[in-house]
Amino acid sequence: MIYYVVVSTLMFFAGVYGFVTRHNLLAILISLELMLNAVDINFVVFNRYLFPGQLEGFFFTLFAVAIAAAETAIAIAIIINIYRNIRNINVDNVDKMKY
Amino acid sequence: MEQVANQVIFFLLSAIIVVCSIMAVTSRRILRAATYLLFVLFATAGYYFQLDYHFLGAVQVTIYAGGILVLFVFAILLTSKLGEKSDRISSRKRAWGLLAAVLGAAICGYTLLTHDFFPSQFAQGGELDMKTVGHALMGMDKYQYLLPFEAISVLLLACIIGGIMIARKR
Repeated sequence: MIYYVVVSTLMFFAGVYGFVTRHNLLAILISLELMLNAVDINFVVFNRYLFPGQLEGFFFTLFAVAIAAAETAIAIAIIINIYRNIRNINVDNVDKMKY
Repeated sequence: MEQVANQVIFFLLSAIIVVCSIMAVTSRRILRAATYLLFVLFATAGYYFQLDYHFLGAVQVTIYAGGILVLFVFAILLTSKLGEKSDRISSRKRAWGLLAAVLGAAICGYTLLTHDFFPSQFAQGGELDMKTVGHALMGMDKYQYLLPFEAISVLLLACIIGGIMIARKR
Protein backbone atom coordinates (compact mmCIF):
# COMPACT_ATOMS: atom_id res chain seq x y z
CA MET A 1 0.00 0.00 0.00
CA ILE A 2 2.78 2.38 0.89
CA TYR A 3 4.06 2.31 -2.70
CA TYR A 4 0.82 3.74 -4.02
CA VAL A 5 1.06 6.58 -1.54
CA VAL A 6 4.70 7.28 -2.37
CA VAL A 7 3.87 7.47 -6.09
CA SER A 8 1.01 9.87 -5.44
CA THR A 9 3.29 12.00 -3.25
CA LEU A 10 5.79 12.31 -6.10
CA MET A 11 2.98 13.21 -8.47
CA PHE A 12 1.62 15.85 -6.09
CA PHE A 13 4.97 17.57 -5.69
CA ALA A 14 5.63 17.45 -9.42
CA GLY A 15 2.38 19.41 -9.60
CA VAL A 16 3.63 21.85 -6.95
CA TYR A 17 6.84 22.44 -8.91
CA GLY A 18 4.91 23.14 -12.11
CA PHE A 19 2.49 25.41 -10.27
CA VAL A 20 5.32 27.55 -8.91
CA THR A 21 7.50 27.74 -12.02
CA ARG A 22 5.14 27.91 -15.02
CA HIS A 23 4.18 31.16 -16.76
CA ASN A 24 1.41 29.92 -18.98
CA LEU A 25 -2.04 29.84 -17.39
CA LEU A 26 -2.92 26.57 -19.12
CA ALA A 27 0.29 24.93 -17.90
CA ILE A 28 -0.61 26.03 -14.36
CA LEU A 29 -4.00 24.42 -14.83
CA ILE A 30 -2.32 21.20 -15.96
CA SER A 31 -0.21 21.18 -12.78
CA LEU A 32 -3.38 21.72 -10.78
CA GLU A 33 -4.95 18.66 -12.40
CA LEU A 34 -1.88 16.63 -11.43
CA MET A 35 -2.26 17.65 -7.80
CA LEU A 36 -5.99 16.88 -7.76
CA ASN A 37 -5.33 13.50 -9.31
CA ALA A 38 -2.71 12.64 -6.70
CA VAL A 39 -5.17 13.42 -3.92
CA ASP A 40 -7.79 11.23 -5.60
CA ILE A 41 -5.35 8.31 -5.65
CA ASN A 42 -4.73 8.82 -1.93
CA PHE A 43 -8.44 8.73 -1.09
CA VAL A 44 -9.00 5.56 -3.08
CA VAL A 45 -5.96 3.75 -1.73
CA PHE A 46 -6.69 4.54 1.91
CA ASN A 47 -10.31 3.54 1.42
CA ARG A 48 -9.39 0.27 -0.28
CA TYR A 49 -6.60 -0.85 2.00
CA LEU A 50 -7.60 0.39 5.43
CA PHE A 51 -11.41 0.36 5.28
CA PRO A 52 -12.42 -2.04 2.50
CA GLY A 53 -15.94 -2.42 3.86
CA GLN A 54 -16.83 1.24 3.50
CA LEU A 55 -17.17 3.56 0.53
CA GLU A 56 -16.29 7.05 1.78
CA GLY A 57 -13.07 7.45 -0.19
CA PHE A 58 -14.68 6.02 -3.29
CA PHE A 59 -17.47 8.58 -3.27
CA PHE A 60 -15.18 11.41 -2.30
CA THR A 61 -13.11 10.65 -5.38
CA LEU A 62 -16.19 10.34 -7.56
CA PHE A 63 -17.41 13.79 -6.48
CA ALA A 64 -13.92 15.25 -6.70
CA VAL A 65 -13.69 14.14 -10.34
CA ALA A 66 -17.02 15.83 -11.08
CA ILE A 67 -15.94 19.05 -9.36
CA ALA A 68 -12.60 18.97 -11.19
CA ALA A 69 -14.45 18.78 -14.49
CA ALA A 70 -16.62 21.78 -13.59
CA GLU A 71 -13.64 23.76 -12.33
CA THR A 72 -11.59 23.08 -15.45
CA ALA A 73 -14.43 24.10 -17.75
CA ILE A 74 -14.89 27.43 -15.95
CA ALA A 75 -11.14 28.07 -15.76
CA ILE A 76 -10.71 27.46 -19.49
CA ALA A 77 -13.64 29.79 -20.24
CA ILE A 78 -11.93 32.49 -18.18
CA ILE A 79 -8.56 31.86 -19.84
CA ILE A 80 -10.03 32.12 -23.34
CA ASN A 81 -11.72 35.36 -22.32
CA ILE A 82 -8.39 36.73 -21.07
CA TYR A 83 -6.76 35.69 -24.34
CA ARG A 84 -9.46 37.53 -26.26
CA ASN A 85 -8.73 40.71 -24.32
CA ILE A 86 -4.94 40.86 -24.08
CA ARG A 87 -3.83 38.37 -26.79
CA ASN A 88 -1.70 36.15 -24.59
CA ILE A 89 -2.05 34.11 -21.43
CA ASN A 90 1.15 34.67 -19.48
CA VAL A 91 0.56 35.30 -15.81
CA ASP A 92 3.05 38.17 -15.84
CA ASN A 93 0.80 40.15 -18.17
CA VAL A 94 -2.42 39.57 -16.29
CA ASP A 95 -2.14 42.27 -13.65
CA LYS A 96 -4.78 44.80 -14.63
CA MET A 97 -8.39 44.62 -13.61
CA LYS A 98 -11.22 46.48 -15.23
CA TYR A 99 -11.66 49.00 -12.40
CA MET B 1 1.78 -16.30 -10.92
CA GLU B 2 -1.07 -13.80 -10.89
CA GLN B 3 0.57 -12.06 -7.96
CA VAL B 4 3.73 -11.55 -9.99
CA ALA B 5 1.78 -10.27 -12.99
CA ASN B 6 -0.03 -7.80 -10.74
CA GLN B 7 3.23 -6.52 -9.34
CA VAL B 8 4.76 -6.12 -12.78
CA ILE B 9 1.73 -4.14 -13.94
CA PHE B 10 1.87 -2.05 -10.78
CA PHE B 11 5.52 -1.12 -11.33
CA LEU B 12 4.83 -0.33 -14.97
CA LEU B 13 1.97 1.99 -14.03
CA SER B 14 4.03 3.64 -11.29
CA ALA B 15 6.91 4.26 -13.67
CA ILE B 16 4.54 5.80 -16.22
CA ILE B 17 2.97 8.04 -13.57
CA VAL B 18 6.23 9.30 -12.09
CA VAL B 19 8.07 9.87 -15.39
CA CYS B 20 5.13 11.41 -17.23
CA SER B 21 4.09 13.70 -14.38
CA ILE B 22 7.63 15.07 -14.15
CA MET B 23 7.75 15.47 -17.93
CA ALA B 24 4.36 17.20 -17.87
CA VAL B 25 5.65 19.98 -15.61
CA THR B 26 9.06 20.36 -17.23
CA SER B 27 8.24 20.10 -20.95
CA ARG B 28 8.49 23.46 -22.67
CA ARG B 29 5.90 22.74 -25.32
CA ILE B 30 2.45 22.99 -23.82
CA LEU B 31 0.78 20.51 -26.14
CA ARG B 32 3.33 17.88 -25.09
CA ALA B 33 2.65 18.69 -21.46
CA ALA B 34 -1.04 18.00 -22.09
CA THR B 35 -0.18 14.69 -23.75
CA TYR B 36 1.94 13.63 -20.78
CA LEU B 37 -0.96 14.57 -18.52
CA LEU B 38 -3.12 12.23 -20.61
CA PHE B 39 -0.71 9.35 -19.94
CA VAL B 40 -0.73 10.11 -16.22
CA LEU B 41 -4.51 10.07 -16.14
CA PHE B 42 -4.66 6.76 -18.01
CA ALA B 43 -2.16 5.19 -15.63
CA THR B 44 -4.24 6.44 -12.71
CA ALA B 45 -7.26 4.72 -14.23
CA GLY B 46 -5.09 1.61 -14.38
CA TYR B 47 -4.47 1.94 -10.63
CA TYR B 48 -8.20 2.09 -9.99
CA PHE B 49 -8.75 -1.01 -12.13
CA GLN B 50 -6.03 -2.78 -10.19
CA LEU B 51 -7.69 -1.90 -6.91
CA ASP B 52 -10.94 -3.43 -8.22
CA TYR B 53 -12.77 -0.12 -8.37
CA HIS B 54 -13.80 -0.66 -11.96
CA PHE B 55 -16.51 1.97 -11.96
CA LEU B 56 -14.09 4.63 -10.76
CA GLY B 57 -11.59 3.62 -13.44
CA ALA B 58 -14.24 3.98 -16.11
CA VAL B 59 -15.24 7.39 -14.71
CA GLN B 60 -11.61 8.47 -14.73
CA VAL B 61 -11.15 7.46 -18.37
CA THR B 62 -14.37 9.05 -19.62
CA ILE B 63 -14.36 12.30 -17.66
CA TYR B 64 -10.66 13.09 -17.32
CA ALA B 65 -9.14 11.54 -20.42
CA GLY B 66 -12.21 11.96 -22.59
CA GLY B 67 -13.60 15.27 -21.41
CA ILE B 68 -11.07 17.44 -19.63
CA LEU B 69 -8.17 16.59 -21.94
CA VAL B 70 -10.20 17.49 -25.03
CA LEU B 71 -11.03 20.83 -23.40
CA PHE B 72 -7.34 21.36 -22.68
CA VAL B 73 -6.28 20.56 -26.23
CA PHE B 74 -8.88 22.89 -27.69
CA ALA B 75 -7.88 25.70 -25.35
CA ILE B 76 -4.19 25.20 -26.17
CA LEU B 77 -4.83 25.25 -29.90
CA LEU B 78 -6.96 28.37 -29.54
CA THR B 79 -4.45 30.32 -27.50
CA SER B 80 -0.98 29.43 -28.78
CA LYS B 81 0.76 28.74 -32.05
CA LEU B 82 1.83 25.21 -32.85
CA GLY B 83 5.44 24.40 -32.03
CA GLU B 84 5.81 27.49 -29.91
CA LYS B 85 8.13 27.01 -26.96
CA SER B 86 7.66 28.77 -23.66
CA ASP B 87 10.55 30.98 -22.62
CA ARG B 88 13.09 29.64 -20.17
CA ILE B 89 12.32 29.82 -16.48
CA SER B 90 14.54 32.14 -14.51
CA SER B 91 16.93 30.24 -12.29
CA ARG B 92 15.67 31.94 -9.15
CA LYS B 93 12.13 30.83 -9.79
CA ARG B 94 13.28 27.33 -10.66
CA ALA B 95 15.25 27.17 -7.42
CA TRP B 96 12.22 28.22 -5.37
CA GLY B 97 10.02 25.69 -7.13
CA LEU B 98 12.53 22.91 -6.64
CA LEU B 99 12.95 23.88 -2.99
CA ALA B 100 9.19 23.79 -2.36
CA ALA B 101 8.76 20.48 -4.19
CA VAL B 102 11.75 18.64 -2.74
CA LEU B 103 11.21 19.89 0.79
CA GLY B 104 7.53 19.01 0.72
CA ALA B 105 8.19 15.60 -0.80
CA ALA B 106 10.88 14.90 1.80
CA ILE B 107 8.67 15.84 4.74
CA CYS B 108 5.66 13.92 3.38
CA GLY B 109 7.76 10.90 2.49
CA TYR B 110 9.41 10.83 5.90
CA THR B 111 6.05 11.02 7.67
CA LEU B 112 4.54 8.30 5.48
CA LEU B 113 7.45 5.91 5.78
CA THR B 114 7.78 6.21 9.55
CA HIS B 115 4.07 6.09 10.38
CA ASP B 116 2.81 2.55 10.88
CA PHE B 117 -0.67 2.12 9.47
CA PHE B 118 -2.80 -0.56 11.02
CA PRO B 119 -2.76 -3.76 8.96
CA SER B 120 -4.96 -3.74 5.90
CA GLN B 121 -7.69 -6.29 5.27
CA PHE B 122 -7.68 -5.84 1.52
CA ALA B 123 -8.13 -9.08 -0.43
CA GLN B 124 -7.42 -9.10 -4.14
CA GLY B 125 -10.32 -10.03 -6.36
CA GLY B 126 -13.26 -8.65 -4.41
CA GLU B 127 -14.74 -6.44 -7.05
CA LEU B 128 -17.11 -3.72 -5.89
CA ASP B 129 -20.34 -4.44 -7.71
CA MET B 130 -22.45 -1.81 -9.39
CA LYS B 131 -25.49 -2.51 -7.23
CA THR B 132 -23.71 -1.42 -4.06
CA VAL B 133 -22.47 1.76 -5.72
CA GLY B 134 -25.94 2.60 -7.04
CA HIS B 135 -27.66 2.01 -3.70
CA ALA B 136 -25.10 4.10 -1.83
CA LEU B 137 -25.37 6.90 -4.39
CA MET B 138 -29.15 7.05 -4.34
CA GLY B 139 -29.96 6.37 -0.71
CA MET B 140 -30.82 8.83 2.05
CA ASP B 141 -29.58 6.92 5.09
CA LYS B 142 -26.27 7.22 6.88
CA TYR B 143 -23.30 6.59 4.54
CA GLN B 144 -25.48 7.18 1.51
CA TYR B 145 -25.03 10.08 -0.80
CA LEU B 146 -28.19 11.47 -2.36
CA LEU B 147 -27.68 15.01 -1.06
CA PRO B 148 -24.10 15.45 -2.36
CA PHE B 149 -25.28 13.96 -5.66
CA GLU B 150 -27.98 16.61 -5.99
CA ALA B 151 -25.56 19.33 -4.89
CA ILE B 152 -23.15 18.24 -7.62
CA SER B 153 -25.90 18.38 -10.21
CA VAL B 154 -26.78 21.95 -9.18
CA LEU B 155 -23.07 22.82 -9.28
CA LEU B 156 -22.77 21.47 -12.82
CA LEU B 157 -25.81 23.51 -13.89
CA ALA B 158 -24.25 26.63 -12.36
CA CYS B 159 -21.02 25.74 -14.16
CA ILE B 160 -22.78 25.50 -17.53
CA ILE B 161 -24.49 28.86 -17.06
CA GLY B 162 -21.30 30.48 -15.77
CA GLY B 163 -19.27 29.11 -18.67
CA ILE B 164 -21.71 30.54 -21.20
CA MET B 165 -21.82 33.90 -19.40
CA ILE B 166 -18.03 34.20 -19.26
CA ALA B 167 -17.17 32.97 -22.73
CA ARG B 168 -19.85 34.64 -24.86
CA LYS B 169 -19.06 37.63 -27.02
CA ARG B 170 -20.36 40.99 -25.92
